[in-house]
Amino acid sequence: MGVTSMKRRPFFALASGLLGALALPTGLVGAAEDSWTTVRAMLFADRAIADGSARMRLEAPARALDAATVPVEIALLPEASSAADPVRRLWLVIDNNPAPVAATFHLYPEAGVGRIETRVRVNAYTPVHAVAETASGTLFAVDRFVKAAGGCSAPALKDKELAMARLGRMKFELLDPFEPGRVLRAKLKIGHPNYTGMQIDQVTRNWIPPDYVTKVDIRLDGKPLLFVEGDISLSEDPTFVFDFLAAKPGTLTAVVEDSSGRRFEERWQIGPTS
Amino acid sequence: MTGSIAYALLLLLVPAGAAAAVLPLEEVAPGLYVHVGPHEDFTPENRGGIANLAFVVGREAVAVIDAGGSPAIGRDWLETVRARTDRPVRWLILTHVHPDHVLGAGAFAEAGAVIVGHERLAEALAARAPAYVANMRQLLGAIFEEPQLPAVGRRVAIGSPLTLDLGDRVLEVAAWPTAHTDTDLTVLDRASGTLLAGDLLFVERLPVVDGSLVGWIDAMSALERIPARRAVPGHGPAAVAWPQALAPQRAYLEGLKQAVRELVRRGTPLSNAVASVPAPTGWQLVEPNHGRNVTAAYVELEWE
Repeated sequence: MGVTSMKRRPFFALASGLLGALALPTGLVGAAEDSWTTVRAMLFADRAIADGSARMRLEAPARALDAATVPVEIALLPEASSAADPVRRLWLVIDNNPAPVAATFHLYPEAGVGRIETRVRVNAYTPVHAVAETASGTLFAVDRFVKAAGGCSAPALKDKELAMARLGRMKFELLDPFEPGRVLRAKLKIGHPNYTGMQIDQVTRNWIPPDYVTKVDIRLDGKPLLFVEGDISLSEDPTFVFDFLAAKPGTLTAVVEDSSGRRFEERWQIGPTS
Repeated sequence: MTGSIAYALLLLLVPAGAAAAVLPLEEVAPGLYVHVGPHEDFTPENRGGIANLAFVVGREAVAVIDAGGSPAIGRDWLETVRARTDRPVRWLILTHVHPDHVLGAGAFAEAGAVIVGHERLAEALAARAPAYVANMRQLLGAIFEEPQLPAVGRRVAIGSPLTLDLGDRVLEVAAWPTAHTDTDLTVLDRASGTLLAGDLLFVERLPVVDGSLVGWIDAMSALERIPARRAVPGHGPAAVAWPQALAPQRAYLEGLKQAVRELVRRGTPLSNAVASVPAPTGWQLVEPNHGRNVTAAYVELEWE
């Protein structure tokens, strides 16, 4: 360890201490290979992970434009899974972020969710991994490399007061016209600051604890459609654009929980009311 | 390891407080001086000195507006002020949280200046500084020095302007609702009719939206009514005619709002949005800033 590493230590030591079990050990932040090795070991131990490039796509910009908002899309290809062994879980990992696992998506074969776009914070030059797990426990993964945004860009809130004023508000939109039995694209946007917690309260001088969306449970007529476990790497106002299948008109519900114990619930009619 | 040794050697060769250089100045009004920053990203050559910096000299004291983007620039900037006047630097006014304006503040704090900032500046700095410091470490390479983060001594609240008396010269410091950032300040020097607009005014260099696009457009309507004959932009020439100089920025931001609003309405995914809004002409450093602005505008306008 040289001079630069020593100088870097205080901030990261404090930050990673706050971020719970999945935070990386201090010395590994910024070291790409080590970060992935660590996350991989934490999530999957020594299970084999196959190259998933023929079975899924991961879209991420080569360069982050705004460190606070980097769009990332995971799309399962038809080859991804069979009816007998469907994909049940997806992990989105931003290797070099302080809390690398941005989200875990739980999928339900009958719901037809095969494409998910969300936005993440990117702290530094980092590989991004998407890992899929099928019902039988097979793992496969793809990755992309994202270069950092420019010098003035930080993975921070744009306007804290506004973010707090919108806390718990949800906006759901069907981006395709409703047609029974067709795959529809939808967007759910959740008003939440999704605080990283890596900042100090100027009045109390205490570290502000993280405050972020932990669970998003989306259901159609009570049946699970998409369940998301979130973390601080998801951008402010966590947003999910996803494809799903609706055999008939119904009621879509979203229940959101955060790390401070808040719970928000909303419902929307999908298709014409009968 | 090699990098660390090189850095340690550099510390020996260029100790903090090494002889500072004097930066070029333009006197845009009697007693009001501006150092013009180049339209560049942060590089080891410019040492983070890319923003316009200014100071105003009164009968008794000096107020400095913005500190530059690195400790080295901050030291040079303080030296520049001292080469011009022996009156004490009583205030350092930071116009917003961005690193090219604040990371040189340490030299002024050490010299005894009170740091004046938006009421949200301290919190915004705390949240962003780790990312800024990491960015600078990357972008400035071997010349990087750990900046001292300024403690904000005078907080200016939105709606309650602060007046600073320099001795027969009063500055009015106003805090703005979220626009370019959520920590924007402007300084009005009534004696010379000059508005020091910080980054609420970009000239030549493409404006960057890091707060609220709609908020910035609203702020411009209030800004243009400020009675000044000239403005000092945060980026651009030392002085421009006021309020005429707002026009190109207004046209860009209004166009951005309309284009992005339409994309959101059509359901164009964010990942395709950037490519869907044509890059504007007539500006410098369009990329990656335009793409960044489209992204920020998109997530803001999604709530409409």
